[in-house]
Amino acid sequence: MEITRTVKYEAERVRGFGKEIMAVPGCDRLQSCIQCGTCSGTCPLSVYMEHSPRQIMALVRADFKDEVLRSNSIWLCASCYSCTVECPREIRITDIMYALKQRAIEEGTYPKRFPIPVLAREFAAMVRRKGRITETLLVMRLFMKANWRAVLGSWRQGLGLMRTGRFVLTQEHIERRAELATMLAAAANGAGKEKDAP
Amino acid sequence: MTYNYFPGCSLKGLGRAYEESLLPVMRHLGVELAELDDWNCCGATAYMSVDERMACVLAARNLALAEKAGPQDLVTPCSACYLVLNKTKHYIRDSPDMSAAVGRGLGAVGLKYSGNTAVRHPLDVLVHDVGLDVIKEKVVRPLKGLKVAPYYGCQVVRPYATFDDAWNPTTMDRLLKTLGAEVVHYPLKTKCCGASLTGTVPEAGLRLTYILLKEAVRRGADVIATICPLCQFNLDAYHDLVERRWGPARIPTVYFTQLMGLAFGMPAKQLGLGRCFVPMKPLPEVPAPA
Repeated sequence: MEITRTVKYEAERVRGFGKEIMAVPGCDRLQSCIQCGTCSGTCPLSVYMEHSPRQIMALVRADFKDEVLRSNSIWLCASCYSCTVECPREIRITDIMYALKQRAIEEGTYPKRFPIPVLAREFAAMVRRKGRITETLLVMRLFMKANWRAVLGSWRQGLGLMRTGRFVLTQEHIERRAELATMLAAAANGAGKEKDAP
Repeated sequence: MTYNYFPGCSLKGLGRAYEESLLPVMRHLGVELAELDDWNCCGATAYMSVDERMACVLAARNLALAEKAGPQDLVTPCSACYLVLNKTKHYIRDSPDMSAAVGRGLGAVGLKYSGNTAVRHPLDVLVHDVGLDVIKEKVVRPLKGLKVAPYYGCQVVRPYATFDDAWNPTTMDRLLKTLGAEVVHYPLKTKCCGASLTGTVPEAGLRLTYILLKEAVRRGADVIATICPLCQFNLDAYHDLVERRWGPARIPTVYFTQLMGLAFGMPAKQLGLGRCFVPMKPLPEVPAPA
């Protein structure tokens, strides 16, 4: 029998982590969680998660930062919003999952080569460069970055897409790409200044 | 009736059959969808995972473009676009920080957004603005005998939709009945299709897809009707992998707008029905009046 440790130690807490997450827009109601487990019950993916959504809520509130950010749970959330709609305390659990994903990407604490964060980053990069997503090209980039062998497993699907005329090889893009870049830079710059301000 | 129209990236790519059926069906009902000039990607769920603030700025550009194009409501057929654009509206209204970032970004390129544009789904427009009576009048080829499982998926009905219930939506059910179809009881109508997990973590994502397909088959449906390009892709394009792993669950998945087109007497090919991996059987011949 494998013996695993489930006790959490005070020393593993990163003081202030819970507060930081609760400061993200939409995440403030986490404090009122009553640990009823309705979120875990409605979540279609909780059975695959290292920590159920209810456990994630408790761990965040108790400042167990590393445990939360390294867990596959936040990446398995498909944003179906079942938990958010069902939560009796009106906690926006899906938005908290987003806040945690952002933190994990920011700090690089997600499982390396795990395809979901790679997809998110590649997606964002394509939008910033082109203004639009061309799904087939995005998926091919993802395969190259995360798991090139997966291309071989998907050949039937590729053929199917070609047969049905859905395999798009020319990159869609907007006309005013410079406008998009200026807009994002301006929005980001201001945020930097606010952060630096005393 | 004219609306501003935000197609989203999928409708130009994997989900092009949705646009191919949506536009003629709407035109047939006297609804003009005017595509926004130079719209950009809404950011979907993926951008929200990287940087929420920038995701909102990105989405807000589309809201600003819509406002500039006129006071009409903005119609968007993709569930992710619908969710993100509505979410952005909420964030701009509720978060001073977000609203400031959006203001800075838009201001730098001479755009502005006052927060007024309504973001709506075609299903909402069809049932509540056009009306089922008007739709009924246009039905020339009732879908008699066709058993349809109405599948709404998640992001249109949760959490921002105001036009239908989050767990038991019925707008599409009523619409399909108006077309003459038989709507089967499908309790999984708002369960998650697996979203992008079908590609990234297939052992989890594809199982969700399988459950939806299998249940529709068990309920005796001939076809699943969907309102989202990602749901359509997941339920249609993974049959090989799904059935190899869990056994037979073959059933076609089409857009509700394609079924509308058929009921309006439009040819299947023009409605993009040739783009399904699992093709829908042609409707039975109408018996000649005796």
